[in-house]
Amino acid sequence: MATFPIESQKTAQIRFTLNGEETDLSFAPYKTLLEVLREDLGHTGTKHGCELGECGACAVLLDGKPVLSCLVLALECNGRKVLTVEGLSGDGRLHPLQDAFADLGAAQCGYCTPGILVTAKALLDANPHPGRDQIREALSGNLCRCTGYLQIFEAVEAAMVKIAENGKVSVE
Amino acid sequence: MAEQKEPVKPSRPEDSRPNGEGLRVIGVPRRRVDGRAKVTGQTRFADDIFLPRMAHCKLLRSPHPHARILKIDVSRAMAHPGVYLVLTGKDLPIQYGILPVSQDEQALCVDHVRHVGDPVAAVVAREELTAFEALDLIDVDYEILPTISDPEEALATPEPRIHEYGEEGNIHKQVALEFGDVEKGFAEADEIFEDTFFYQGSTHLPIEQHASVAIKDPDGKLTIWSSTQTPHYLHRALAKVLEMPPAHIRVIATPNGGGFGGKSDPFNHEIVVAKAALLLDRPVKICLTREEVFYCHRGRHPVLMKFKTGVKKDGTITGVHLQTLIDGGAYGSYGVASTYYAGALQTTTYHIPRYRYEGCRTFTNKPPCGPKRGHGTPQPRFGQEVQLDKIAEKLRIDPAELRLRIVESPNSVTANFLRLGTVNLTECIQRVVRISDWKSKFRKLREGRGVGLACSAYLTGAGLPIYWNKMPHSGVQLKFDRGGGVSVFCGATEIGQGSDDVLAGIVAEVLGIDPFDIRLFTGDTDLGPVDLGSYSSRVTLMAGNAALQAAERGKGLLAEAVALKLEIPKERLRFADKRVFDSTAPDKGVSFPEAICLAEARFGTIGTVGSYTPPKSPALYKGGGVGPSPTYSYSAAVVEVEVNPVTGWVHVPKVWIAHDIGRALNPTLVRGQVEGSVYMGLGEALMEEQEFRRLPKRLSHALVHKFPSMLEYKSPTSLDMPEVVTELVEDPDPRGPFGAKEVGQGPLLPIMPAVANAVYDAIGVRVDEVPITPEKILKALAEKKAGRQPRFGPAHFPTVKWPEPLRVPPPWEGGDGNAVNDVDREKRRATKEKVLAP
Repeated sequence: MATFPIESQKTAQIRFTLNGEETDLSFAPYKTLLEVLREDLGHTGTKHGCELGECGACAVLLDGKPVLSCLVLALECNGRKVLTVEGLSGDGRLHPLQDAFADLGAAQCGYCTPGILVTAKALLDANPHPGRDQIREALSGNLCRCTGYLQIFEAVEAAMVKIAENGKVSVE
Repeated sequence: MAEQKEPVKPSRPEDSRPNGEGLRVIGVPRRRVDGRAKVTGQTRFADDIFLPRMAHCKLLRSPHPHARILKIDVSRAMAHPGVYLVLTGKDLPIQYGILPVSQDEQALCVDHVRHVGDPVAAVVAREELTAFEALDLIDVDYEILPTISDPEEALATPEPRIHEYGEEGNIHKQVALEFGDVEKGFAEADEIFEDTFFYQGSTHLPIEQHASVAIKDPDGKLTIWSSTQTPHYLHRALAKVLEMPPAHIRVIATPNGGGFGGKSDPFNHEIVVAKAALLLDRPVKICLTREEVFYCHRGRHPVLMKFKTGVKKDGTITGVHLQTLIDGGAYGSYGVASTYYAGALQTTTYHIPRYRYEGCRTFTNKPPCGPKRGHGTPQPRFGQEVQLDKIAEKLRIDPAELRLRIVESPNSVTANFLRLGTVNLTECIQRVVRISDWKSKFRKLREGRGVGLACSAYLTGAGLPIYWNKMPHSGVQLKFDRGGGVSVFCGATEIGQGSDDVLAGIVAEVLGIDPFDIRLFTGDTDLGPVDLGSYSSRVTLMAGNAALQAAERGKGLLAEAVALKLEIPKERLRFADKRVFDSTAPDKGVSFPEAICLAEARFGTIGTVGSYTPPKSPALYKGGGVGPSPTYSYSAAVVEVEVNPVTGWVHVPKVWIAHDIGRALNPTLVRGQVEGSVYMGLGEALMEEQEFRRLPKRLSHALVHKFPSMLEYKSPTSLDMPEVVTELVEDPDPRGPFGAKEVGQGPLLPIMPAVANAVYDAIGVRVDEVPITPEKILKALAEKKAGRQPRFGPAHFPTVKWPEPLRVPPPWEGGDGNAVNDVDREKRRATKEKVLAP
């Protein structure tokens, strides 16, 4: 039997980009991306509801694609880009999705919100003008127990319009 | 877009306050004050707390549904490297529980486990994984006891007893109340209807798993952060079990990642980490796994019920007799209250002149049931509203028309002595009938498509506290800063519903400032005055009224000082746009920070308090403490369904709901509560069930949870949610702050019966139980095809030996709210007076 608890054996090392910042990390090799984000890197914005890939609360973007961080080993993330809710805002401003979620009642308890926000961002990055059914489909792996989802759909749609408007302004 | 949402159009009546000022904050849809924190991931939930030197706790839970603990050997676990502490039942033997009448829990079971998941030992270690590993090193010898799996089995099996208290055998609580001679009511009826219904249990499934962190403060006191809806009751339980003065305990309710009633009990894990932190003198954290959350449960009670209702040909109800058999699970929890609630609110929607209620809650070897959104009332509401649908059909009256004929009157006192406030159920029914185009749909849609209608009512806060006392149910302190800031201190607990926003909105409205200028210190037993907790839909009305009073008092001080400065009567002053000014000459005035400085110069430091105590209830009989509320919300819903007769699948394309809110303080949040209730109601109606099964005999034959995981416990996803049209009926109730009534629970209640009624309209079969699964639909269709009764539901209600009911003559028979045959009345009154003595 090991005399030193396995959790303390930070024998694995990776370098990856966390919210745009180069990050070196030593950690216990069995840990998931969720666990290193919350426990080793102090990024508690990403939540967990099951640690079994069932609820979607822990969603983050890995190289731009939504993944459930509870099902991804941190070891798999070497050299890759991870975006969490902490990386959504920038230049002192909230992302249009964040503004819309806050304004339109899309976050009640706020626990599923970080996972839904990054999942919605991935959707809008890939498809700037999704229909309601595409939004439903994209968010179908993220359980929300408070809102009944409708204000979430509306917030994604409002952000979609806002992002399109911002895009026009920057082109001009 | 296929499902463009119809915008909520709250009719905003002119300000009802005496001074006639227009409202700037109240009634305006706006971002909630904690919105930014939530969308940036900065809301600090309990498991987001990481402290230096923090140790981690895991609980060893019973694998057996019912057993005696013969021996626990923790020596191997203690020797495991990295383990700091192992606790067992003898370390925390004092019993506790949420209700004074059922103090039947122990933080760690001492000699008796009552359900799979009951905790028997705790390991605290440097690392979470180490604690988890060490659980396997604890040796427990059990003597397996026979398992009781449901109430009928409990009635038939008085021994072994799951608890040594209760009515007798494994009956926890029996209630029998009669308000007027119900047999006489049936004798006057033209038709009698008897129906049996079953309402399956379901769980809250908050996305946040329960978590707690406890520390021993530098001065030796205890602080615990916990995802609790009721920090005040946790405070009391900790003081009792840890045998510490309450003044040495601080409970901080972290914002809950969803509650729905599931975090309203004091929990064993909270007590365990508190004890461990005190012993180790270092922070100790626990976060439950999802499986453990299923074992905490305290969810919807499974209820078998029988409704006997007498009606006249025109639909007038002459009498109702309701019997319930309630599956309580392994502990009391809120169960005594739940048993009363299952019979309490039937009288609040329609006029029932004579009413008899008999309820029986049994113990079973399953995780304890408790309060889930609607606490005790969705089950009988389902039965009542489905039976009304059957009555309407038999009497050949449109179900909406039938209900409109029998709606109870505002400000009346019901047969069971509940005093109602505003009642806008008629308006709610008329609105959903109109917006759903009910008249051109009901009994007119093609086979497989149907609509159903149902109504409900709910408390705006329980009228009595959980333990008897004469003190306020909610208190607020305000601190006014020279810089113009206002701090709100209140025990109210933010569980996502927006309690912080209610407080900020009310204070901002009264003082004419922006809600974002306010700082909130809530859910903290050290910082704020007591608020009893986020349950029974009480926060908006009770904490809101306390905030209103504190703000009005602060406003009064500021007004007096400003009036002197401006040399005008203070009645002419107006507070708006962060200024205090002459309403007849708006340029003449001072800024809000100046007003505070003027007041501080005149009166000294400015701080005010407010509190709220509900009005006394006329229900004086034993059990009359459950049901009274300052006022009640009302809802009516129409649900449309599409039923596939081949697969039995029920699809809900659209729901229309009208809710009598009194006034919507923040319409954005109100709509969220309505839609969230519709969502949760649809889950209960169609798929959610807390279901158990026995392991095969060759294993242990134990009764285990069928699927303690989020994947297998089906709940609606974004793909299942229908379009919802929400109508808010705003008729300010003078009892609520700015006229507000509750919205967190009421709108859930009509959904399940409306779905059942819609299924009948669609395919002509009755499913008299929830969830209405494809399997049940197909069975009912098969019955129909075979020419038998086209129904799926319980066949009978078992024989229960009911006690003699307490007979309480209703108000119209000269009753005074007391039972005429209560022999213990004088004794109880004496006890009560002793308890309530100042």
